[in-house]
Amino acid sequence: MHELGIVFYIIRDVKAAAAENSVQRISAVVMNIGEVSTVVPEYLTDCWRWAADKEPLLKGSELKINMIPAVTQCQDCGQEYETVKYGKTCPHCGSGNTFLLKGNEVEIKEIEVPNN
Amino acid sequence: MDKVRVIEIKKSVFAENEQDANALRQELKDRGVYLLNLMSAPGSGKTTTLIKTINLLKDKLRIAVMEADIDSDVDAVKIKEATGIQSIQLHTGGMCHLDAEMTRQGLDGLDLDGVDLVILENVGNLVCPAEFDTGAARNAMILSVPEGHDKPLKYPLMFSVCDVVVINKMDVAPYFDFDLEKCKEYIAMRNPNAKVIPICAKTGEGVEAFAQWLLEQVQTLKH
Ligand SMILES: Nc1nc2c(ncn2[C@@H]2O[C@H](COP(=O)(O)OP(=O)(O)OP(=O)(O)O)[C@@H](O)[C@H]2O)c(=O)[nH]1
Ligand SMILES: [Mg+2]
Ligand SMILES: [Zn+2]
Repeated sequence: MHELGIVFYIIRDVKAAAAENSVQRISAVVMNIGEVSTVVPEYLTDCWRWAADKEPLLKGSELKINMIPAVTQCQDCGQEYETVKYGKTCPHCGSGNTFLLKGNEVEIKEIEVPNN
Repeated sequence: MDKVRVIEIKKSVFAENEQDANALRQELKDRGVYLLNLMSAPGSGKTTTLIKTINLLKDKLRIAVMEADIDSDVDAVKIKEATGIQSIQLHTGGMCHLDAEMTRQGLDGLDLDGVDLVILENVGNLVCPAEFDTGAARNAMILSVPEGHDKPLKYPLMFSVCDVVVINKMDVAPYFDFDLEKCKEYIAMRNPNAKVIPICAKTGEGVEAFAQWLLEQVQTLKH
């Protein structure tokens, strides 16, 4: 499954960040997930529960998901539009010469560390 | 006082793999080893196509194969029996794709002395392998006729990362109303530079075109 693999990468990166910052426990990891990134948020949080609880650093921690709406820009008329609604064809001028501005992210935004 | 402290990370989950992949690509180039990453949905004909291709090329190139599978070694055994070349099985331990680190470990398990071409048969899947650069010099994919000519529209990333798209099982095209011209058009929408090669791996028809492409690729890397 796709999401489980992604969870393993998140855990690897978060462990490295925790070591760098001398953090012993993490209460939440906040992700930026693009709307067209192919990651299914519910699957990601399910996999997270399963895998994170095996790690002392992350036991009981929450995976918070911040969805990023997908936006496409047209190279011919310069306007921006909602990718999910119109796909690759610009609704303003009909051009297919368009590119994704944002919405493809699978990114660790930040980690939350309990104060004690 | 706040109950939590926030530490900003702002890092793509794929960033580290991309670095590993670029490093591996450079190392292979320096060693004169061409790595091809072959992807497709399960059962599209990767193993059958590889056997035919290898038998056409094995007198011209020293070839080795890495078969990635979630958990079995039937493909590696098949390749060895049908072609006689070096082949190993990589188990992904449940992962749906191979990343650059796993690819490197696989390469360490091969004897690369004198090898010109290594072909990696990736896990059968049209989504995940496209997101993880393995460090290969080139990506190829196989789309088989029963999957339908609309797949480039449904799996845009896979088609956009591939340098060549092999269309397999052309023998059954009439039964599936498969429209090759439409398929080429959709592929071009995703990736105008992709080369499209229709074949029938079962009879070997068209496989020379793919073998020829691969031979030229390997020769170009060496110079
Ligand atoms: N009709 C027809 N059948 C084919 C062709 N090529 C492969 N097949 C059949 O398709 C099935 C799957 O072929 P494989 O080569 O094992 O496919 P694969 O992509 O390696 O499969 P996995 O490794 O399991 O993902 C086999 O039964 C092949 O005989 C073809 O050109 N025409
Ligand atoms: Mg196979
Ligand atoms: Zn426009």
